[in-house]
Amino acid sequence: MQLLLEQLTNGLTIGSFYALVAMGYSMVYGVMKLINFAHGDFFTLGSYIGYAILVFGSGWVTRTFGIWGGVVVALIGAMIGLGVGGLIVERVAYSPVYKAGRLPLVVSALGASIFISNGIMAIWSPRFQAYPQTSIPTGSLLLFGDVHITYIKLVTIIVSWALMGLIYYVVEKTLFGSAVRATALDRETATLMGINFQTIILFVFSVGPALGALAGVFAGLNYSRIIFTMGWGYGLKAFTATIMGGIGNIPGAMIGGILLGLLEALFEGFVSGQWKNVFVFLILIIILIVRPTGLIGEKVAEKV
Amino acid sequence: MKPIWERRNNIDALLSVENLVVAYGAVEALKGVSLEIPVGDVVAVLGANGAGKTTLLKTISGLMPIKSGSVRLMGDDIGKYQPFKLAGLGMSHIPEGRKVFATLTVEENLNIGAWGVRKQLNPRQIQETKEWIFTLFPILKTRRRQLAGTLSGGEQQMLAIGRGLICKPKILLLDEPSLGLAPILVQEIFKVIKQIHEEEKVSILLVEQNARKALSIADYGYILETGKIVINGPAVELKENEHVKAAYLGGARLKPQ
Repeated sequence: MQLLLEQLTNGLTIGSFYALVAMGYSMVYGVMKLINFAHGDFFTLGSYIGYAILVFGSGWVTRTFGIWGGVVVALIGAMIGLGVGGLIVERVAYSPVYKAGRLPLVVSALGASIFISNGIMAIWSPRFQAYPQTSIPTGSLLLFGDVHITYIKLVTIIVSWALMGLIYYVVEKTLFGSAVRATALDRETATLMGINFQTIILFVFSVGPALGALAGVFAGLNYSRIIFTMGWGYGLKAFTATIMGGIGNIPGAMIGGILLGLLEALFEGFVSGQWKNVFVFLILIIILIVRPTGLIGEKVAEKV
Repeated sequence: MKPIWERRNNIDALLSVENLVVAYGAVEALKGVSLEIPVGDVVAVLGANGAGKTTLLKTISGLMPIKSGSVRLMGDDIGKYQPFKLAGLGMSHIPEGRKVFATLTVEENLNIGAWGVRKQLNPRQIQETKEWIFTLFPILKTRRRQLAGTLSGGEQQMLAIGRGLICKPKILLLDEPSLGLAPILVQEIFKVIKQIHEEEKVSILLVEQNARKALSIADYGYILETGKIVINGPAVELKENEHVKAAYLGGARLKPQ
């Protein structure tokens, strides 16, 4: 029972990372029909920016704002950094090749990914870095019996889902969100409605990477160790989550992410840690056989 | 017949197109098209598949680049605007094949139609226009929470028209509203187009293959063949024109020479 609950909280935590990163994949794919391979590296870069903020002046931020204040500064700093960073990558790597078609775009995305991860390596060295212990909040909440959940896990889950809820609300319930979804469905007709494609690009390429950065900082706070290649693993899992939920839609990314995290944690806890990836991708294959459009694939076919 | 710019006074034209040339790569789809829509008129552009009708409308609304010539909306050259800005200038384009946003609800589709004028009209005005659209097409009110993709073809056309009207346009560009619809629905759609024109004084540029139907509501007509205007004149005259009859109305046959 204790193991079950512990693995559930672990699964929810890692599932939150997957869901946050998956949302970025899904938003960009929805509007651009581009699988943004650099997205996993946005996650890594966010994590390193958070790290840089917390180790700056041997913990100046933590000393000045307190331990939780430091966490908030690191999160916001990384999100702003990647919000801007995402737009720069779009301008430099994607915008010049839009007209060339989808394949050059994918190659350019791979190039951006390699550039970012190697840039991180050049700046922070290829070795593992660790979030400073003095900057990571400690303590845990007693759920019941012997089962605890650390405060940082609790905050990770709550903040992640609150932000995802906010994005969900914006995209699904507001007029601006309708404009985003309309553009994703039919860019030409959206232009006829007066929607500026650049505004929509600005939205997906700032909010998507910012969510990835949030996940990156939380990963650092939860597991402490970070390395420049970690974006590949998280990126691949999050991409899997995106496909599982149904690419191009926001609730799909959220559900796919959380489901993947839970499945992985439960399998790891009760069966085998070594075989967890085999299990996760097996589930993906089964889902795609049964529902090729993902769990929440497109709900209606367009009548012509 | 005199060229259009000699025969009519350009100042009255809401929309005027002059010597418009548009090309897809090396292939010219429009080879110097001139036409004008006077304030308050319904103007029909007729032609077969591939004549360049849709290209003409797409160019007017900025989706296709102009190679040479000009498009003026109330005297203002619209070539200088980015395409998305045109929706806020009183022109509304209802595209061929309806193009409703399938996974948005009917109401979201209508709301998004007002995106281009969201800074010009206040929410109350938009709400009033929406109510008026619901009186034109009561079925849209019934189905307001339904996804647009689940509507029938006729209902989607009604939604496309509603979505184009919610920005209170002065001029409506209508591309093949009868496409793929049952005759009874075509009847209904044209009745509403006429009603919109008469009640709201919206000028209309109507592109159609269904020439008989189009000429029945148009004041003036142009016949477009492979990128050129070959005949133009008042709708009543076109209905009697031998070439138009033979090629587009399917009535009288040309006598063998």
